[in-house]
Amino acid sequence: MFDALADRFDGIFKRLRGRGRLSDKDVDEVAREIRVALLEADVNVTVVKSFINRVKERARGAEVAKSLSPAQQVIKIVHEELVTTLGGETGKLAMSSKPPTVVMLAGLQGSGKTTAAGKLARHLVADGRKPLLVAADLQRPAAVEQLRVLGQRIDVPVFSEPTDPVKVARAALKEADRTGRNVVILDTAGRLQIDDELMGELRRIRAKVEPDDTLLVVDAMTGQEAVNVAEAFDEAVGLDGVILTKIDGDARGGAALSVKEVVGKPILFAGTGEKLDDFEPFHPDRMASRILGMGDMLTLIEKAEAAFDEEEAAKAEKKLRKGQFTLEDFLDQMQQVRKMGPLQNLVGMMPGLPKEARDAELDESQLGRIEAIIRSMTPEERRNPTVINGSRRLRIARGSGTSTQDVNGMLKQFKMVQQMMRSVAKGKMPRLPVPGR
Amino acid sequence: MSPTLAAVLLIGIFVLAAALIWLGLGLSRRAQRLEEAPPPPEPAEPAEPGGDVAAPPGPPRLRDRMGKTRAALSRSLGALTGRRTIDDEAWDSIEEALLVADVGVTTTSRLLDELRARAATARVDDPEQLVTLLRQEIVDDLSGIDRSLHHAPDGPTVWLFVGVNGTGKTTTIAKLAQREIEGGHAALMAAADTFRAAAADQLTHWAERVGADVVRGQEGADPGSVVFDAVDAAGGRGAGVVLVDTAGRMHTKVNLMEELKKIRRIAERTPGAPQEVLLVIDSTTGQNGLAQARQFAEAVGVTGVVLTKLDGTAKGGVVLAIEVDLGIPVKLIGVGEAAEDLVPFDPAEFAAALFA
Repeated sequence: MFDALADRFDGIFKRLRGRGRLSDKDVDEVAREIRVALLEADVNVTVVKSFINRVKERARGAEVAKSLSPAQQVIKIVHEELVTTLGGETGKLAMSSKPPTVVMLAGLQGSGKTTAAGKLARHLVADGRKPLLVAADLQRPAAVEQLRVLGQRIDVPVFSEPTDPVKVARAALKEADRTGRNVVILDTAGRLQIDDELMGELRRIRAKVEPDDTLLVVDAMTGQEAVNVAEAFDEAVGLDGVILTKIDGDARGGAALSVKEVVGKPILFAGTGEKLDDFEPFHPDRMASRILGMGDMLTLIEKAEAAFDEEEAAKAEKKLRKGQFTLEDFLDQMQQVRKMGPLQNLVGMMPGLPKEARDAELDESQLGRIEAIIRSMTPEERRNPTVINGSRRLRIARGSGTSTQDVNGMLKQFKMVQQMMRSVAKGKMPRLPVPGR
Repeated sequence: MSPTLAAVLLIGIFVLAAALIWLGLGLSRRAQRLEEAPPPPEPAEPAEPGGDVAAPPGPPRLRDRMGKTRAALSRSLGALTGRRTIDDEAWDSIEEALLVADVGVTTTSRLLDELRARAATARVDDPEQLVTLLRQEIVDDLSGIDRSLHHAPDGPTVWLFVGVNGTGKTTTIAKLAQREIEGGHAALMAAADTFRAAAADQLTHWAERVGADVVRGQEGADPGSVVFDAVDAAGGRGAGVVLVDTAGRMHTKVNLMEELKKIRRIAERTPGAPQEVLLVIDSTTGQNGLAQARQFAEAVGVTGVVLTKLDGTAKGGVVLAIEVDLGIPVKLIGVGEAAEDLVPFDPAEFAAALFA
């Protein structure tokens, strides 16, 4: 995995300590590192160039704030510039004053249009709108069927007919009028931006139904090609916004920056997972942190908010303050955290973790073992593990399908967790231990 | 953020930390397991009698199809033509061409370092010759590797297709099935993508089109059982190739990768199977392709890469790092919609296409 940008700068900045201003040479040197970071994040080469120039402009001669190291100062400038570039206009669908509002989705094959259509529909329903899903992808086998199934799951009607995409789109507007649906979501077939015939078809659909929002669906894993795709689609049909899909992986998502720079229109939504409600408004600041490899604390906090219920949190806090933390609490917390998603993703979002921890392969099945061991204990043992003697240990090991060494290991690790918890209760930030071998 | 939440978050993080500590144990175990485990699929045996080779040499279609992209390509290397000396700008434009092709920063600088050495030895002073040298360098990197698809000497052959969402697994299977059928092998498709809505329908459409058999389960069914039934059915019919279509999954999703391991284990019940585990990668994929290859390889032992959608302007340069750094050969490329557009990977063509 990628080291935080700050790590890269370390070497450069060691020499800079004590200086109040960044010289041109310093800025150039730092710019080279930023360039590499952005390229590794798949930001387009051309976009990187213009972006770096903007950063240089701002960094040159910038007063180094007392509270920040020069490295932090530059990273702050880069981060701000990224946020500005990614954000800009606020991301909102344009709604027609005369319903139905028409939203057309377009993009390459496999970018996730059909799934995005379903997710967008669900999002709109939650917003109190009445969407109609339209399957205008008559190309890919079973694409219509896929949309129908999605529609069924979220209880949104799906319209299609075996004619041609332009006709389907027109008929869909009538259908929306007839059935009183106020947003029409057009799922079009995936196409290569160099396929003149299919791009022409997209133009014809646009001309016929005059969408209020034409959205490009882009896979967050896209590389340098993102610029060509965005350029071509924008030229052909005039884009109003972007949906970034599959950001639940570990791609750094530089494509977001590339596309934004070319299209100049907001990135409206991001697809964040397999489920139909894994869809959220796009957050430029988070994406900026991600591109720079700075962790994503905000998302982490939000996930925590969603996974933990208020009451339990209060209870846990109280116990923590008293310095009590038993295996039972440990089990509870572990389950809460697991609700937040795969550990690997969470760890990736945590800023400031030692590199070893970030790079470590998390074996989730280990958590299952911990759970099994704790569950094989009596309530008394969970509250007070010191009572666990040889025969109890054997019983626990048998009950959980592990060995006594495993049980011992678990208890030892738990002791360390307890110690960490105590120092948290005292208001100290304990140091994260690096996983031992 | 309220203090309560802050506390909760901290606790959460510490449980995570605890999990990390536990890793120590997990890691050493896993390392042990890896050592004990028999090496994943047989290392490609060069065309022995039983393990015949599937890929008939196809026509060099990639270059045919690259016509459209010439214009785009020459943009980055345009700076080279007409130049008399190799100056910084020449090196910059070569670097840019590689980066634009998604070769990645690390591999690009490795290639450039080597190129500098080669250029010095060969006393090259014409910028355009640099490109020729670079192509040769890439071809050298990619040569001498077995890129054939392996069949079982007897009994059913099992090929697993894996990858992230939307790379073209199902379409690749359809094309390959058609080729197998034309080559006289019976083909059976296993619809083990029981997650995506209508994925089995899509596969069934294809099966009907190309004349393959298909085994499918209910939506949401256990993909392992589909694989089991498919291999069983193939065995009953006296062999052929079983092409297993798995659900697209993010390589970062632990539970989904576990599911994939299980699928592989079920395929392994037939001795020698799976003969191939093919990772399907979309050529528009950037540097994340390397992470994908690494994770899938670790989970299910990938034997080859299929690089799809090369008929666009994307170059798929990330496969260079996948092949050189991870040792996973690129076996097939997809350059169009038709079955004959799935062709064997040719390093020379690939290198030429990177900057034609």
